[in-house]
Amino acid sequence: MAEKNTDTKEFSEAPPRVSEWRRFWRVFLQRRIVIFGLVVFALLVISAIFANVLAPYDPYRGNMADSLQQPNKTYWLGTDIQGRDTLTRLIFGTRTALAVGFITVGVAAVIGTTLGMIAGFFGGVASAVIMRVMDALMSFPMLILAMLLAAILGGGIQNVIIALSIASVPGNARVMNGLALSLKENDYILAERSMGSSNRRVMLGHILPNALPPIIVLVTLQLGGIIMAEAGLSFLGIGIKPPGAAWGAMVNDGYRYLLTNPILSFAPGIAIMLVVFAFNMVGDGLRDALDPRLRGVL
Amino acid sequence: MTAYIIRRLLMALVIIVIVTLIVFFAMRLLPGDPLIIFLGQQASSGSISQEQLESLRVEYGLDKPIMVQYGNWAWGLLHGNLGTSIYYHENVGVLMKDRFPITLHLGVLALILNIVVGVLMGLAAAIRRGTWIDAVSTFLANIGVCIPIFWLGLLLIYFFGLQLHWLPIYGYTSPFEDFWYGSRQLIMPVFCMAITGLSTTARLTRSAMLEVTRQDYIRTAWSKGLRERTVIMKHALKNGLIPIVTVLGMGIGMVFAGSVIIETIFAIPGVGRLLVTSLFAQDYVVIQSGTLVISMIVILTNLLVEISYVWLDPRIRYG
Amino acid sequence: MTELLRVNNLVTQFKTESGVVRAVDGVSYYIDELEIVGLVGESGCGKSVSQLSTMQLISAPGEIAGGEVMFEGQNILQYEANGPRMRAIRGAKIAMIFQEPMTSLNPVLTIGQQLTEMLVLHMKMNDDAARKRAIELMGMVGIPAAASRIDDYPHHFSGGMRQRVMIAMALSCNPRILIADEPTTALDVTTQAQLLELMKEMVQHFRASLVIVTHNLGVVARYAQRIYIMYAGRIVESGTTKEIFGTPRHPYTMGLLKCIPRLDEEEGRKLVPIEGLPPNLINMPATCAFLPRCHYRIDKCYKEPWPELATVNGNHFTRCYADTKEKK
Repeated sequence: MAEKNTDTKEFSEAPPRVSEWRRFWRVFLQRRIVIFGLVVFALLVISAIFANVLAPYDPYRGNMADSLQQPNKTYWLGTDIQGRDTLTRLIFGTRTALAVGFITVGVAAVIGTTLGMIAGFFGGVASAVIMRVMDALMSFPMLILAMLLAAILGGGIQNVIIALSIASVPGNARVMNGLALSLKENDYILAERSMGSSNRRVMLGHILPNALPPIIVLVTLQLGGIIMAEAGLSFLGIGIKPPGAAWGAMVNDGYRYLLTNPILSFAPGIAIMLVVFAFNMVGDGLRDALDPRLRGVL
Repeated sequence: MTAYIIRRLLMALVIIVIVTLIVFFAMRLLPGDPLIIFLGQQASSGSISQEQLESLRVEYGLDKPIMVQYGNWAWGLLHGNLGTSIYYHENVGVLMKDRFPITLHLGVLALILNIVVGVLMGLAAAIRRGTWIDAVSTFLANIGVCIPIFWLGLLLIYFFGLQLHWLPIYGYTSPFEDFWYGSRQLIMPVFCMAITGLSTTARLTRSAMLEVTRQDYIRTAWSKGLRERTVIMKHALKNGLIPIVTVLGMGIGMVFAGSVIIETIFAIPGVGRLLVTSLFAQDYVVIQSGTLVISMIVILTNLLVEISYVWLDPRIRYG
Repeated sequence: MTELLRVNNLVTQFKTESGVVRAVDGVSYYIDELEIVGLVGESGCGKSVSQLSTMQLISAPGEIAGGEVMFEGQNILQYEANGPRMRAIRGAKIAMIFQEPMTSLNPVLTIGQQLTEMLVLHMKMNDDAARKRAIELMGMVGIPAAASRIDDYPHHFSGGMRQRVMIAMALSCNPRILIADEPTTALDVTTQAQLLELMKEMVQHFRASLVIVTHNLGVVARYAQRIYIMYAGRIVESGTTKEIFGTPRHPYTMGLLKCIPRLDEEEGRKLVPIEGLPPNLINMPATCAFLPRCHYRIDKCYKEPWPELATVNGNHFTRCYADTKEKK
């Protein structure tokens, strides 16, 4: 007869718990294209920091005798009308791109997140006013808004940053507003409140940390757009003007010599494309690793 | 349903008012005397006497309190008075009237290209997920969003214009004057204008459709023995249309932003080019009015999009 | 009784990051004409997946890895998954209703559109005839004012009503088999009872067989003639309702029955839950999957692979090495 045991044996363990970090890195680095993006990003940062060391020539002063050369052994990507080495200017251009990009998204993120948090968390009049102003700002296409602000403030890199920051704030605010609205309904927020936590504590200690992943994704995805917009402004002559090394301005400069020296315009364009592509891929990878459900939203 | 539409209308109105406030007060941020700015070159060169300046100040209403100025300006807007261009010495309305149809001509064509090709690409990628079709389509879309349109314009001009001599590289001809030549002139600009939007649409369509096809009601549709075409076109697409239509609202904004660059490169006399020349001429009246008009159009388009949801989603229609 | 459907050794697996999950691990069963069969098991045991597999409704990352499904003399697993022959069976010969009435109907199409498309497709009706028939069917499943509600959208109906619509849709083309995958799990008890009665009437009316997939033994007790008990992707016991409830043989079945509170038992009897948790289906050991939770285990269970289905008594089968006859 069968034995009747009243104790049960240990059942086989579930697969070992993988730490969140390791899971994140595994998913993030899954696709080669994301790794490619990270590599480009790293190269970008290195170029920006070590531009003086990496670049063979002076980006601002050229040798007039060597003006408008085709790519050759001395000047790998040729020279412009003033004899400045294109490759050098490309490398120094990374500084402009990164500076504008990071400062802009940083400022926009801080301001936008704050506004969105206030609107989403407190609701009511604050939310109505803030979000309607954001909607109004969003009805201006980014470039047009930047042009309006450039008309007021003048050109130059500082004002470009200000203009692009203001144009990027509504996007951040909207996302943060949505996040705050949905997160504050969670039970653990209710529990915090019932324990007497202050609003500030709930907002900064609980809602913000949970909202960070989508915000990080948004910021990364915004970077590409900002760099494109800055390049567009520089191309139009609004942003950074020569002798400053900005890729957009370089494309504009090269326009005149399109027939004879197409490389002058093509090279910086490819640089822009590469960088934007890299940021977009990294942003996509981050989003997939942090929360794939965001795929339709961000 | 009517409640929904009325709510949306009111919101749009509120936003329009806020936009006028932003535009008006932004211009007031300009350093210096607004009168000098409005008079432009003449005034700063000092060729107008002090008394004349003061009388002009009264004439322009710049001596009144700021809210009254705003009121007068807004009132003028409602009557279609967009001001007089400093640079062109023309009524801004007249300037716009000539240029708007051109920009819209390009813009509408670009939007059509955007929607048709974008949706097809995204749809193909979603239905044939994981196959080479998906890979190619997604890759192209990913690249497409990264291409700077000013650079693309130059590239196309170089290859198709300068090297191959297939297409004219600048200018605009009305289709009523010379349809064939005008169309050839349009090919490159329209393509440049559409590429970013097209790629975004493709990505959005793909993810929207992937989301839809995961739903239970799609499994039900399959279990009824329907063919793929029916499941996708009849059951899936209609649900996926809502995010796609939203793209239209974004698209019109992109058209104007694109027009600024495209019209400059291809020397097309549209609104975008007007804005750029005005910017460099420091013609603030045109910039002010131009930005305003563009944002109005964006707001109205978005309003239409939101109203179209009523038709697309029965849950909104009947509350 | 003629046999309608016979499934032999069906294997369906899912490729996941952590390994391959064999959700259905060699399942064999049959359905006769005009009978009601219950498929019982807890969440994750593979019962829904097995039914979806018979209609080839499994999509990546899942795949049907083996076995055959014999219907009307053909192995329908050999048909191309969304090809014309499989589509001719779906809805028309074998129909299915699902667990979640709230999401199983397309929100942007009217009920009428969703009903008539099947009639037009499989029964080759024209639009008018299809519409008339759709209204008839809605009436049959107990939807009041069918003629006026046919143009309503799903969100105008309650969960129970939507399930009735699903039943109407499923039976509209006179299928031979109706598979009901946890049809009442998402509904309240009263609605549950109504819907089950309705399903029984309807399949009798349409002379179809019914497969009820559920985790609730109470549901099958009342309606099913035969029952299959599933655990960890395999059938562990099968027999008539009377045999399963009266003389259960597999320790799992016995455990399940002990968990059901009964009105006719003495006061104070404790409900005896089955200890432990359902197994992790990734990289299952070769031994019996129920082993860790089993009260009847013997030495043999530790050494041998999972037992085959062996007959206990006529058509009553079980997978167990131990002698589990209860001593009353």
